[in-house]
This record gives sequence, structure tokens and C-alpha cells, in this order.
Amino acid sequence: MVQYETHEYDVLVIGAGGAGLRAAIEASSAGVSVGLVCKSLLGKAHTVMAEGGVAAALANVDERDGWRVHFADTMRGGQYLNNWRMAELHAKEAPDRVRELEAWGALFDRTQDGRILQRNFGGHQYPRLAHVGDRTGLEMIRVLQDHGIHQGVDVHMECTVISLLKDDGRVVGAFGYEREKGRFKIFSAKAVVLATGGVGKAFKITSNSWEYTGDGHSLAYHAGAELIDMEFVQFHPTGMVWPPSVRGILVTEGVRGEGGILTNSEGDRFMFDHIPELYQNQTSDDPEEGWRYTQGDRDARRPPELLTRDHVARCIVREVQEGRGSPHGGVFLDISWISEKISNAEEHIRRKLPSMYHQFMQLADIDITKEPMEVGPTTHYVMGGIRVDADSQMTSVPGLFAGGECGAGLHGANRLGGNSLSDLLVFGKRAGEYAAQFAKENGVGKVNEAEIEAVASEALKPFDNADGENPFQIQYDLQDMMQDLVGIARSDDGLHNAGEEIHKLVQRADQAGVGGNREYNPGWHTALDLEHMLTISEAIALAALERKASIGAHSRDDYPEKEEPGAGKYNTVVRKNADGEMEVSREPIPELREDLQDVIEEMG
Amino acid sequence: MATATFRIWRGDANEGKFVDYETEVSEGMVVLDAVHKIQAEQANDLAVRWNCKAGKCGSCSAEVNGNPKLMCMTRLNEIPLDAPVTVEPMHAFPLIKDLVTDVSWNFEVKKKIKPFNPRPADADDGTWRMAQEDIDRVQEFRKCIECYLCQDVCHVLREHDLHDKFIGPRFFVYAAALEMHPLDTENRLEELKNTDGIGYCNITKCCTKVCPEHITITDNAIIPLKERVVDQFYDPIKKLFRIFRPKQ
Repeated sequence: MVQYETHEYDVLVIGAGGAGLRAAIEASSAGVSVGLVCKSLLGKAHTVMAEGGVAAALANVDERDGWRVHFADTMRGGQYLNNWRMAELHAKEAPDRVRELEAWGALFDRTQDGRILQRNFGGHQYPRLAHVGDRTGLEMIRVLQDHGIHQGVDVHMECTVISLLKDDGRVVGAFGYEREKGRFKIFSAKAVVLATGGVGKAFKITSNSWEYTGDGHSLAYHAGAELIDMEFVQFHPTGMVWPPSVRGILVTEGVRGEGGILTNSEGDRFMFDHIPELYQNQTSDDPEEGWRYTQGDRDARRPPELLTRDHVARCIVREVQEGRGSPHGGVFLDISWISEKISNAEEHIRRKLPSMYHQFMQLADIDITKEPMEVGPTTHYVMGGIRVDADSQMTSVPGLFAGGECGAGLHGANRLGGNSLSDLLVFGKRAGEYAAQFAKENGVGKVNEAEIEAVASEALKPFDNADGENPFQIQYDLQDMMQDLVGIARSDDGLHNAGEEIHKLVQRADQAGVGGNREYNPGWHTALDLEHMLTISEAIALAALERKASIGAHSRDDYPEKEEPGAGKYNTVVRKNADGEMEVSREPIPELREDLQDVIEEMG
Repeated sequence: MATATFRIWRGDANEGKFVDYETEVSEGMVVLDAVHKIQAEQANDLAVRWNCKAGKCGSCSAEVNGNPKLMCMTRLNEIPLDAPVTVEPMHAFPLIKDLVTDVSWNFEVKKKIKPFNPRPADADDGTWRMAQEDIDRVQEFRKCIECYLCQDVCHVLREHDLHDKFIGPRFFVYAAALEMHPLDTENRLEELKNTDGIGYCNITKCCTKVCPEHITITDNAIIPLKERVVDQFYDPIKKLFRIFRPKQ
């Protein structure tokens, strides 16, 4: 008989980054009891690493901005594969969500007249990102945390959910374990919100922390929910490339927003070489005009360094492949050059980009006020994820909700920088609100003892197999394989190979073994993570195989065209079939509402 | 490839000892890289907290050769590798296992500090106006990543164990950020004096020295708070004033 402790809540939120905290605050304010489970300590989740800012059409810096422009920018950035209703709600509600943070104590940088300052970012037509230097995510998570701890939310830190529990087609709770003693916890809940973030740890080079193992995606999939557009994994163009131990750590897009330029080994600003058709009207072909744009000239067009992330990443890969890369396989990102333009450049850079200054100085012995950085693409974000209803954020499984990065739809084929912090506020709130409503309308579900026994015995299996394979080695091999075969350049052959490799890794993971006991055991934790990582890796590879075109963040060497002839616009949908196998299909994207179509046309 | 020896604390609340691990080291490595390499190759159950590995989350605090540090921001080329590098958990908190300590006390302390309470909005649309120069000093405090190295090094907690009488540098910074927030209307001075124990701090500035975010904890947060406390409770004229006109 398995030992566990039980906790009962109306709403259980899994994940305590921005989306989870915002959901918990909202659900609690609706008057229901809320439990919040997080893998790390409170306030350490990945939101803390977001740098550049939160996108919201506050129109504080440029009054021409508004929800319509933000909506059109988001749709264009996503190559019109976005869930347009989510893009509409997001553009309309983001300003209120940001102002709300100020009411809870956030201190964003200010304009001259004392309002929230906004900065330029890739793909946003006007300065739109509310920010705090380059540590916006820290400010946001701290405000949500410090507000949230006074809202009566019950927090379970360093607790990992292994499986969702279901009864009669509905989610009724979750099975987790706490790290300190390794004991099991059963959460009974009328509604569950997944806010577990992304999947970056499935790749070798990533800006993501150990937590980003696709737990929410995998939990939802195994509970019967659908995953959409999993092929769209964002490779952020600027990660650190040297020294090897810091490879992948993010270099904020804010560097380019402040005037930073990308050059190759020949000293050329290669981003001018190719400007995509969708952006030709908005992008400057003149370096001088580009500089004026970054300095707030309202009539100037953006420099090509501020094109969308998918495009910039591809251009960097092209430069490296064609032999014009930097010494360590990246390109150069230079902000120090602005000393030609402004007198107090050094101080300006340190004030606007303090974390970047610090990061390069400490980890790479590079003074960014004096010399260029070396950068290259790093796995950063997954646009795809759990399919949700746009308004309520409920998945196809009753009682199961998803918000933030693990929910999908808003970003289409590519996410604009800054739209993730706004996403987690807008849809974190909505998920919390509708989960609370669901909890009020539905009774307590029945947790099934046999299901608990089964999950527990599976979870403890690595201890019975102390001579089994080292789970860290399996994880490394998965990361290497995904980087090579499912990374920034993909092909039919590579993806088929990836499918086979994943099946081999599943067999190996089944034989993983760990030593020691259940108390705070990272080996055991890694063994448990493997199931989630393998599930989402398979989903990404399968969806990538299905989309035989190169669009947004998904690049196929064998299908360079943006659209498959006659295929129309569709989502890839991954689900578990009746035999327990993963299958993928295509579903057409619903036709855009007429008034929204008008908005897009109006914005050119 | 070069190798180095890491002398890592292994054990739990009941017992423990240093164990030497030899591992390969390469250019640019930080202490956390070495600990991870040892964990992956030699000691799968070696407990260590970490998240961002970029100095932004404050999870991987430990004592490296006796110095309180973020392991992710401590380069191996900053420390001598010809002798074993000792890596041990923070001393000011109870040990859970290996390099992981029980920091839950900090979360309890924070809850007791009166939360932010803003003045009514300045504009009809529910927003406020604040000048950048008025928030600069609070933004410095808000850089805090809650690594608790300042708590670890503070002798009031580390040596005197006054966790029930003293909230520590981290929470003086937190209280200062609230007290100096241009919109906040609460007064936390009475608690700072009576229950938070600000008087125990004798401004040795150990906290400031170890802060990975370079927050000038003592000069900019603690001393101004001490001054405010003195001003409110020990100013002789104000004291007379209070005697003759007690608070309503």
C-alpha cells in the first residue's frame, strides 16, 4: 500500500512562474480555495529570466499605438497561423494587466512625464515594451509573488507533479512528490490549471533551465488533451556562444532595441542582405535611418536587426554556414559602436543593459561597452502547446486548463519578443478565472486508488534497478539528438531518424536506474523527467514531419517554400489514439472574423 | 584536459562529511558546472539547487572555499585549483541534504511584513505618475534575486541564531523598497524597531560585500531605515510631543 498525504483544493495550479501565479491570484480572488505547486522555490521560475519587457499597447511613448496595431503585429509575426481570438483578447487586455502590476507595486522605468516607459522590440511597430532595465521578468515575478503570498494561496514548493488524475473523463487532481523527503502528495481538485512553461531542456543548446522539461504538455497529452503546432520551437537568435559552459544563455533582444548591430567576420551588417516581403514596408535599408528608429525617431523605419526572431536566427545560421561566422561559430552583436553616436555611451549601455553588462563581464571577460559579443541561436520558447479554448483557456479535457507558455495559439508560427510576458498575464488571469468558475459549478471528483498505486509503482521503478543506466546520460543523448535532427534546420530523413532514436531512448529510459534514497535525489528526478521529455520530443518531431513547408520558426531544408501547394492554413494536432499511440493530423484554422480581417488590412 | 578536485559536503541534518571528487575542467567553467559534471558522472544523488545558471534566480547559493557565492557566477579561473576546492551549503540555515538548505524561514518572514498599499491613483484612468529619479533608489533594492547570501553571512543569524528576533538584511532591503516606494502609504517603522530587530544590525557591511547584485544594502537600505526609526521613536522633541499629545 503506497504512502501519501492528501490535499484538497477547489483549484490546483501547477507551475508558479508568471502564468501560474497570476492564475492562482485570480482564482483565489474569486473566492475558491487554491493550491499552487512549483518544482523550485517560489520566485525562481523561468519568468525570472525574461529580460526585455512586457508588450502592451499602452501608447505612452507613441500615441499611434493601440490594440489594433498590437493585434496586427502579433498576427503578422505568427505568419497568420495564430488563434486570432487569443491574439485579439491579448492585444485588448494586456494594457490593463500591466497597469494592474503597478497597482500591486511594480516599478517600471518611467517616461519624462512619469508614466510607464516603453521600448522598441522586434516585430512591434511602435515602442511597446514596458520594462525595468533588462530585468523585467524579475520585477514581474517578484510583484506577483509578493502580492500572491497575501491572497490565501497554499504554496507547495519543490513539489513535482508526475501525473494527472482523472475520473469519468474529467480531471480530478494530480499526483506529485515533494523533493525534500521524496514523499508522495495527492492533490484532489475540482479544476486544474497547467502553467508549466516550455520544453527547451529537450535540446542541447537552450536558454531554458532544468525545469523546462515539457511537464504540462506531457501531463495534458497523457490525460487526453490535444497538442497543437508543436513543430514551432523558437530559436532565439542571440544566445551566448563562448565559453562552452555558458553556451545558450540568453542575450536580450533589448541590445538590438537599444541600437546594437549584427555583423559577420567580414564586418558586414548582413541583416540588410535579405528583408522578407511581409516586412519590406516597415524595414529600413539605410543604417542611418535604422539608428534613428532605435533612438525614438517616429518617422524612421526599423533596422533589419529588429526583424522577427525566426528570420534573424536563420540569417545568423546562413552566415555561419557560409563561412562568415565569428571565431566560436556565431556572429558579432555590437552595442559598443554607439559611442560614435552618443557621448556617454558607456554609461548609457550600463544603465540600459545592466544584466548584459554584468553577464558578459563575469562569464566571458567581455566588456560590452568596448567590444562586440559573440552570439548564435539558442532554443528559447515553444509556440506550440496544449490546445485551449481562447476565452476560458480550458483544454479538451473538462476541468483541465492551461495558461502561459504551455498553452498554445496566441503566437502562431513565431512569437514576438515581449508577447510572452503579456501572454502569461492575460491568459494566466483567464485560466484562473475560468478554473474557479468551473470549480464552483462542479463537485469534487473521485480520486481512484488503483490509479494512484499504478503511478506510484512506476515512479519508484528506477530504485528497483540500481544497476540500470544513468538517467543523466539518457537525457544528454536525447538533447544531442534533438539538437541535431529536430533543431533549427529539419528534413524528412532527419525527422524519421529522430522518431527511431526517440523509440530507442524510450526503451533506455524504461531501464534507467538510480542509487541513493528518495530524499532530494536529482538522479531520481531526472529519471522521472525523462518520460515528459520523451513525450514532447516525439510530439515535436511528429508535428515537424507533418508540416512540409518552411514557415515561421519551422524550417525544412527539403521544403523551403512557405506553404504547401493547396494545403491552406492549418494547425498540426497531436493526440493519443485509442491504442495509446501518438498520432498527428491537420485541422484547418477557422476563418478570421471579418472585423479582424479589416484591422489587418488597415494596418498594412 | 586539466583536472581539479572538489571537496563537497555530503550529508543530511544528522550527519555528513566532505567527499573529494576529481573531475575534468575546461575553459570558462563555473563551480556549478563542475558540481553538475560530478553529479552526472559520479554522484547522481548529489543534491544541489539551481535554475537559471545566469545569476538571475538566486538558487545556487553556497560557500565556495568559505566564501558565500552563487555557484553559477563563480568562475574556476578565479579560484586556485592546485588545492581542493571546498563547496559546502550555507551555514545560516538548517541543512536538508548536501548543498541544499531549508530556507523556508525566509518565506515566513516576508509574509509578516506589511504588504504594499498604494495611495489613490493620480489619473482618472487609474494610473500613477512617478519620476524616474524618485524610483531609482527603490529599483536598486528590487534587483534583489533572493539568493539569501546576505542572510547567510550576517553574524546575527549565522553566529547568534536570532532568527526569531531579527529579519536579516534581505528583509531590510525588502522593507526599504516598500517604505521608499513613492506610492506606498504604510508605516512599518514600529515593526522594524520592535519585532524585526533592526537594532541588532551593527553595520559591519558583510551583507553588502557578498551581494551578487551589488546592492548597497547597509548604506542605502539599513542605515536610512535605522535613521527613520530613530527619528520616529528616539527624537527627544518628538518624544515630548508624543507624551503630551498621545496618538488618537
